[in-house]
Amino acid sequence: MTIAVEAARRQQLRPQSVWKRILKRPEAGALGGAILVFVFFWIVAPPFRQVPAFTTVLYQASTIGIPAVAVALLMIGGEFDLSAGVAVTTISLAASIFATHVAGSLWAGVVFSLAFALALGALNGRLLILTKLPSFLVTLGSFLMLQGLNIAITKLITGNVATEDISGRQGFDTLRTIFAANFQFGRVQVSIAIVYWLVLVAVATWVLLRTKVGNWIFAVGGQGDSARAVGVPVKQVKVGLFMLVGFACWFLAMHQLFAYNTVQSGAGIGNELLYIAASVVGGCLLTGGYGSAVGSALGAFIFGMTTEGVIYADWDPDWFQFFVGAMLVLATVVNTWIRARAAKGK
Amino acid sequence: MARSDAPIIQLNNIGKNYGNISALRGVNLSVRQGEVTCILGDNGAGKSTLISIIAGLFPHDEGEYLVDGQPRRFSSPREALDLGIAAVYQTLALVPLLPVWRNFFLGSEMENGRGLFRRLDTAEMLAKTQDELHRMGIDLEDLEQPVGTLSGGQRQVVAIARAVHFGARVLILDEPTAALGVAQSGLVLRYISQAARQQGIGVIFITHNPHHAYLVGDHFMVLARGEVDLDTPRSELTLDRLMFHMAGGRGLSALEHEIHGDGPVAPGT
Repeated sequence: MTIAVEAARRQQLRPQSVWKRILKRPEAGALGGAILVFVFFWIVAPPFRQVPAFTTVLYQASTIGIPAVAVALLMIGGEFDLSAGVAVTTISLAASIFATHVAGSLWAGVVFSLAFALALGALNGRLLILTKLPSFLVTLGSFLMLQGLNIAITKLITGNVATEDISGRQGFDTLRTIFAANFQFGRVQVSIAIVYWLVLVAVATWVLLRTKVGNWIFAVGGQGDSARAVGVPVKQVKVGLFMLVGFACWFLAMHQLFAYNTVQSGAGIGNELLYIAASVVGGCLLTGGYGSAVGSALGAFIFGMTTEGVIYADWDPDWFQFFVGAMLVLATVVNTWIRARAAKGK
Repeated sequence: MARSDAPIIQLNNIGKNYGNISALRGVNLSVRQGEVTCILGDNGAGKSTLISIIAGLFPHDEGEYLVDGQPRRFSSPREALDLGIAAVYQTLALVPLLPVWRNFFLGSEMENGRGLFRRLDTAEMLAKTQDELHRMGIDLEDLEQPVGTLSGGQRQVVAIARAVHFGARVLILDEPTAALGVAQSGLVLRYISQAARQQGIGVIFITHNPHHAYLVGDHFMVLARGEVDLDTPRSELTLDRLMFHMAGGRGLSALEHEIHGDGPVAPGT
């Protein structure tokens, strides 16, 4: 009894300033980075200061952020997914082609593509466990295979490099409302993708920090052998994470399909690195076991600001790539420094 | 001193073979509540084989393994764990980047809430971890700090405290002081003796170090080449004799004769 009282007293006495608490979080570096980038474009690009510009930035961020949340969780679990970028296109194609050439119903296409996306994730995970190869290699393989399949199958079935326009078909309007609606918020148009993105980040944060599965994700990525030794189902957690990436890709794929009506079979290449970069800028450790969902959102937000900021500042869009690279290196350095401080308990 | 004289674990004439090679022969051992049994021996003496059998990593080939008087044959560590036999290996099964309290409950998390809102009972787990560590004499300022930031000895104690908290009656400690300095070893040894005496746990302490063993042991067993070289209670043993056995026993005196030329022991040259 006295021990419990003592313990409670000690916890109250623990001196820990808010500032230190924030600095110890994985996303601390990304928060600082986001503020810096925001201030930078605020100064150099006058159109950036307007509210509609801000919603455009958020929309851009959400298209990176939706898969990036899942990729961040996967990275915390100690694995990579290089196929996520092209998988989005593959899933869009699967939905569109299944709807127009097989089932004749858009709803069937949407449901089929969800099952397909989850199966794709599960396949990546199972392959990883069966072959015991690093996920970098396994998903590099699936990345290249999907990239080839996307174009080959689209050409084979449609005789074209893009799918046909689905906007006239039955059910299109309802599905567009679900996945790609724009609604009026005050004076500005807001895409529903932003809402989905923020909800996804909130749910992922809840799962990571407040549930058993979240604890397992950190443990599996931090030290898989130790996790296994205390009874954590390591393989199931990893396969589950790959399926989560599949799910997030499906969500973005549906958004893009119903926002643009057709799918370009060559799209999506290179985006997988953007998702990984957003996660790393957001504080995820390349070796796993550390990171946050909010961090990935901040990372995506930084890249969203940069994409749009470069345009508003009237620069050549190619500067964006340079900026992403510079941010990545800078963020990694800052994160390493912060983590070293946190590890020392400062 | 012992609270109950009936042994929790009893090994009768236990043996283990790998193909034609006999790794362990004729080992008898009893582990009682509140008693520290030290198992010493050179590399390859059979220590690992013995604790692997006790912890349930693989079953024995000869003899009898009794738990609470019932004959057992374990095929997985889980079965041993369910009977309260837990092993803490050198790797400790801790995740360095994870906070102390999350490590403590990893794989056995406490939850509350229902359905979709089922969540970790963070407050309860923090309090339990704090209590348990406090009882072991460890005073951590911040349970949110990653386990990797603790000292080697503190990590060891966290792992031991965890095993005790989750119902271990017999604790197998595989060389817990091997990688530690003097002060850190002292911390762990103090805790080993506390776990046994105050909480009535039967401890099997594997070590290379006769000084550490003699400090906390109630019963000593020295293995050599798969056989029992020495098996004695503390009352019949001096540190010198233990060190003599640990250092190689009769083999060593033969070597000493040979080196100092008190007469050639080895034939030939």
